[in-house]
Amino acid sequence: MNNEQQLAAVKEMEREKQLDAERSEQELVNVKQTVQKHRKVVSTEKVLEVENLHVSFTTFGGTVQAVRGVSFDLYKGETLAIVGESGCGKSVTSNAIMGLIPQPPGRISDGKVQFKGRELTTLTKKELRKIQGVDISMIFQDPMTALNPTLTIGEQLMEGVRTHFKVSKSEAKEKALAMLNLVGIPNPAERLKQYPHQFSGGMRQRIVIAIALICEPELLIADEPTTALDVTIQAQILELFEEIQAKTGVSIVLITHDLGVVAKIADRIAVMYAGKIIEIGDKREIFYTPQHPYTQGLLNSVPRLDLLEEELQPIDGTPPDLFAPPKGCPFTARCPFAMTVCEHVHPATTTLTKTHAVDCWLQDERAKQLWEA
Amino acid sequence: MLKYTLKRFVMMIATILIIATLTFVLMHSIPGSPFNEERTTNEAIQENLERFYKLDQPLPVQYAYYLKSIVTFDFGPSIKKPNESVNELLARGFPISFELGMTTILVAVISGILLGTFAALRHNGVIDYAAMTFAVFGISIPNFVLATLLIQKLAVDWNILPPATWSSPLHMILPVAALATGPMAIIARLTRSSMLEVLTQDYIKMARAKGLSPFRIIARHALRNALMPVVTIMGTMLAGILTGTFVIEKIFAIPGMGKYFVESINNRDYPVIMGTTVFYSSFLVFMLFLVDIVYGFLDPRIKLHKKEGEA
Repeated sequence: MNNEQQLAAVKEMEREKQLDAERSEQELVNVKQTVQKHRKVVSTEKVLEVENLHVSFTTFGGTVQAVRGVSFDLYKGETLAIVGESGCGKSVTSNAIMGLIPQPPGRISDGKVQFKGRELTTLTKKELRKIQGVDISMIFQDPMTALNPTLTIGEQLMEGVRTHFKVSKSEAKEKALAMLNLVGIPNPAERLKQYPHQFSGGMRQRIVIAIALICEPELLIADEPTTALDVTIQAQILELFEEIQAKTGVSIVLITHDLGVVAKIADRIAVMYAGKIIEIGDKREIFYTPQHPYTQGLLNSVPRLDLLEEELQPIDGTPPDLFAPPKGCPFTARCPFAMTVCEHVHPATTTLTKTHAVDCWLQDERAKQLWEA
Repeated sequence: MLKYTLKRFVMMIATILIIATLTFVLMHSIPGSPFNEERTTNEAIQENLERFYKLDQPLPVQYAYYLKSIVTFDFGPSIKKPNESVNELLARGFPISFELGMTTILVAVISGILLGTFAALRHNGVIDYAAMTFAVFGISIPNFVLATLLIQKLAVDWNILPPATWSSPLHMILPVAALATGPMAIIARLTRSSMLEVLTQDYIKMARAKGLSPFRIIARHALRNALMPVVTIMGTMLAGILTGTFVIEKIFAIPGMGKYFVESINNRDYPVIMGTTVFYSSFLVFMLFLVDIVYGFLDPRIKLHKKEGEA
């Protein structure tokens, strides 16, 4: 026993070592790939550009300026959350993008909405219908009322595909089944023949999402999609959104007043107040370094589990009357840092980082000096 | 669904029985008899006649014969026109009344729904105001007034349409118009208000967001939901239209059932009263039954509810 055997043993060991190394290398590659898969890659391709959007409604009491100059961009595969309290113009903004503002009494009085470079506000209703549901889809707040009670789920699902694409009934059905699978509805073939009242609230919202996604839109506008659901179902639906975005690469505009929802799925956040976006930024920027006093107030008014001692800080007062919007910053009346200038002149947009921008006089150099003194 | 239908069917039979009994009681509580006339007949003849029509029997026995005649659907001969049986009268009069009634209902439903839908789509517009003004007139003017006005203007003054009788489609226009205007106005108003409500629903907005054409949204998504209240009142409306035909038949000299129905009561012609009443009420109850079934088709939630009731 000899050298030969020893040599063989050593060789064996060496080979194992080598195999181990190869294996670990392979594992590393695998991990890298998984990380790659799970990390969200937001491209730089703009899907939606909203510029200086103004929407007003003519009523007996006068003209309400519901949206007063909203601008934002949305990139491919990204989720932008628009947050704000009731009546700040979130839903009107989303309806305006979707072309669902009833005219009259509504009117897009100024601004541009460009979907992949194509201007939407000047399209005729007929041209718009070719985009609605196909390129841009919408999810509504209350799944209990968003489905037609007299039509089966299948009919409501297939309707969109059959309207926009020349497909046979069986192809449409296949597509519908695939969609129900995607949104996680068990026994899709059977469920297709059922009516909305035979589904629970969470299931209905899944169906609404399936209907919105069936034509494979590039932009999904979700108008408070979880508000009407109970908390456990909310979480499921949010996970579904993430999953669908990962699978289809759809861009999402998420309208909500629930900061919890935002924290979970948004990439960027736009904070709206009195018909304007007053602060927009990356999720982290908005949550950790909010610049606008309103954003700060909004975050302070959310209950937190980690700060048990602290009392909730509500924002005192009410939003301004949009029949006669204030000349200056609309938040002046409720702002703890209000200065004289705020009342008279609307602040310009200050760009803090590549993604973070805010409309507030506090960002002005002169104001900074004033507060320091 | 089957159990439900059966249940409704049994209830239908019970309803008809109650109506028949009430008719019998009322009929015999009116003073007088078919042979009670100014011209006195020989007492022996009268007795014979009464025996022939079994009027000499005590009322419970007559009631039993009456029930038998309902079940066999043979009401025997008319008392006033002995050479004609009640069944023959029905067979002759009913098809005409039915034709008038059904045409009226069709006209009223179709035009009412169209009018109401257009009014709702042009809410607060000229069409809306015009349609609703028309509807108010339609509801407030009784059909016999409208009938005489139509005859006066269209038949007598302008001589466009025949004023009376029942012999060609042209003859149908005036009576149907007179009879249909009221129900049409009611349906139009009802359709309009329920359509306005449905149009604000989320599922309509969702249908719009799907990029469907306005026609499809109205026809497929809105109308079906908006028609529920219309179907609900259809039942009572049928009764109204069918009884309304009596007056209209009289005005336009249409040889339908109405004439026999009214005359038989004046004449105390018991077999004819029984025959027409039972026939009419059965028809009506059956129509209400149909309305219930249609309801289930329009709204699947109702069907399910009944299914659950089955278990």
